Amino acid sequence: MAELSSGAQIPELRVTPDKYQTVRYAGASGDFNPIHIDEEFARAVGLPGKILHGLWTMAQVARAQTDAAGGPEHLKRLSVQFRGMGFPEQEVVVSGTVREVSDGRAIVDTVAEQTGNQIIRNAEAELSL
Amino acid sequence: MPVNTQAIGKTYDPAVYAVGREKIREYARAVGETNPVYLDVEAARAAGYADVVAPPMFAVVYSAPAVGPPIFDPEIELNFAMMVHGGQQFDWGALVVAGDEITTTATVQDIYERDGRGYYVFRSDSTNQRGEKVCRATWTNIVRGV
Repeated sequence: MAELSSGAQIPELRVTPDKYQTVRYAGASGDFNPIHIDEEFARAVGLPGKILHGLWTMAQVARAQTDAAGGPEHLKRLSVQFRGMGFPEQEVVVSGTVREVSDGRAIVDTVAEQTGNQIIRNAEAELSL
Repeated sequence: MPVNTQAIGKTYDPAVYAVGREKIREYARAVGETNPVYLDVEAARAAGYADVVAPPMFAVVYSAPAVGPPIFDPEIELNFAMMVHGGQQFDWGALVVAGDEITTTATVQDIYERDGRGYYVFRSDSTNQRGEKVCRATWTNIVRGV
């Protein structure tokens, strides 16, 4: 597991969702909103194309935390704001910085970016050490 | 049209979700997890768990049957076609493993309007078959042009 002292960066997580990622996530999660899986529908409602599920992107933020902390039992809280849109076939980068450590808990400020846009911002994770 | 705030505080019937091993594995693969405690029964048992462990964000799956009804509740008049997911918080307790039965109750925490947008905040509380808290979630949905 990563060192989680105040000011430390968590290891960056980089993942490029492939063309069919949103279809697999729709099946796994039960969220079949057509803006995520139907290119024609997405364009018809004014989007540039199919967009990633926000909760899939949040799952990448969560994975960066559990990887850093050493497993799922360490992730106690995660709050995020969704902004903008994420797209398939473009790399998503999750980064984070430990803001403070006290009473065996680390608070991590974390974001997910895609081509320089923050698609998850103001996210905060609480990890048990 | 102002938002209808009459449903604030409304609580919905609990929904029970039976957590399956293959569903956890399907979810874990779909979000790119590689930790064997999510995917491999023997690895999970070697780590001290009864069965494969659900990734924390699997809360989305077991909460879904409970958080659907408020979104489509006619009393709330939420315009689903104009809805975007604005924010999300999870507070986790006991880990969930395959074989658990999770009971989730949803509540309308808040409804308000700001800058011409409607904010619909739902909370869900999930417990396992032993009555242990496994997750409290706060779902913030934003409706444009209310």
